[in-house]
Amino acid sequence: MKILVCISNVPDTTSKITFTNNNSEFNTAGVQYIINPYDEIALARAIELTDAGTSGTVTVITVGDASTEATIRKALAIGANDAVRVDALPSDAWFVANQIADYAKKNNFDLILTGRESIDYNGAQVGAMVAELLGLPSVSIAKGLAIEGNQARLEREIEGGKEVVSATLPLVVGTAEGVAEPKIPNMRGIMAARTKPLSVVEPIAVQPLTKINNYSTPPARGNVKLVDENSINELVNLLHSEAKVI
Amino acid sequence: MSVLVYIENTDGQLKKSAFEVATYGKDIATQLNTEAIALSIGDISTDELSKLGAYGISKVYHVTNDDLKTFVNQAYASIVAAAAKQENASVVVLSNTFSGKGLAPRLATKLEAGIVSGAISLPTINGNTFEVQKTAFSNKAIATVVVDSAVKVITINPNSYTVKEVGGSAALENFTAPVQSSDFSTVVKDIVRATDKISLPEAEIVVSAGRGMKGPENWSMIEELAEVLGAATACSKPVSDAGWRPHSEHVGQTGIVVSPNLYIAIGISGAIQHLAGVSSSKTIVVINKDPEAPFFKVADYGIVGDAFTIVPKLIEALKAHKGN
Repeated sequence: MKILVCISNVPDTTSKITFTNNNSEFNTAGVQYIINPYDEIALARAIELTDAGTSGTVTVITVGDASTEATIRKALAIGANDAVRVDALPSDAWFVANQIADYAKKNNFDLILTGRESIDYNGAQVGAMVAELLGLPSVSIAKGLAIEGNQARLEREIEGGKEVVSATLPLVVGTAEGVAEPKIPNMRGIMAARTKPLSVVEPIAVQPLTKINNYSTPPARGNVKLVDENSINELVNLLHSEAKVI
Repeated sequence: MSVLVYIENTDGQLKKSAFEVATYGKDIATQLNTEAIALSIGDISTDELSKLGAYGISKVYHVTNDDLKTFVNQAYASIVAAAAKQENASVVVLSNTFSGKGLAPRLATKLEAGIVSGAISLPTINGNTFEVQKTAFSNKAIATVVVDSAVKVITINPNSYTVKEVGGSAALENFTAPVQSSDFSTVVKDIVRATDKISLPEAEIVVSAGRGMKGPENWSMIEELAEVLGAATACSKPVSDAGWRPHSEHVGQTGIVVSPNLYIAIGISGAIQHLAGVSSSKTIVVINKDPEAPFFKVADYGIVGDAFTIVPKLIEALKAHKGN
């Protein structure tokens, strides 16, 4: 089985998010980058499904400049067989999806995995766009993924429960918690990652359809009003008369 | 020209998100001086669909056949795209729900539309250019996205747009679905839904608990508090990682992002990753025995003390309040 895992290079979850250049750009100063946590789940499942890359191959792809290579090497250290970097800034989901679809079309994968969404722009768009561009089925928020032959059995998250979905490969899946536990690279993996193939490809010409103009941070809250633990009724009254939420 | 809104239902009932997209679509249509049309797919009564008229929807298209009773994103995207073309829609509005996330990007691709997902307010419209605010960096920021494609797809976050009744009635029409067999390559085999539970992403009140609860056996008081309030239950990441609660309850940066009217956090310290998932809640109450817990800094109300004594008292106080 040939699996393509699409990874995003995102700020670490503990990062303080600030902006520069008149709030038009994300401030990367001092920010540590990681593999998008949902993409790590996808990668871990891909490695499991190919018996650690022995009964199949796991290729990771990212769209980004050379600064993303540390993140790509980490994916190789975790266990991907090889990697592709499309040498362009990921300007919007449409641009990224077209790059990935173009690469996937030329390389015939049985399974294309993405995380359910990236934790930076939270679009949850690329996976389903890639599927549509390739004319493939997709499941956007999978909590479970099993493959038997060319059949996939998935659990899809729905409001208040789950759906069990079957599909025939090739298929695009957006993975969420429950699909696999992220893997931590070991020393052997880290050593091996240095020599695994990482190819850099030129982007195809695509016009982005959206652009971010500026950023703001959500308004800060006022100071907390503390209620004594022996006057719980006061909290109930505040929630009723002041906050008007009960 | 028109604005098309895609309406979801659960077991034949319109969800709150349906009225949110109807209101949002109507408000855009008013700005564009055109009408808002709705499209619904699947089993739902005409009586239920007629309710959309009161929210400013002038016409509701309804598609149903046996193949479309369950959600199949390829087929649904084909239908919504066909309706958008027929109605010459310049904007298509959906809810940023689990299904919406599976459907909207396919739809945008079919229409070659710029898409904004997770919008939190009405667009600023200047000719063909829309500026739309959406949450980014998992609620740590708000991004203003510029879209100027001929057709635009916008998905709005549940609970982020106020539903408004404006009066009026909607004409109901059947819509013929232009689907092909290749649109049905995923098949829903089973749906497991806890019908007695309130769906977390759409809940107006959320009761959430963390490691301070010490173990899964102590969750009965959390569930009882949720029941008294008509709330959904949630938890922090360590709790779902430990298997005390299902992943579907994990709220935070890598879990579900919620924006209820009231979020009650019990025994959760308030790590930055957790706060990202809840910071757009309208009112936050924190109960924690550690007065230095970071969660108090972003809370509206707080009680410093032991959850095991406070929560039962809170349940009693709320029951008494409801009794009045």
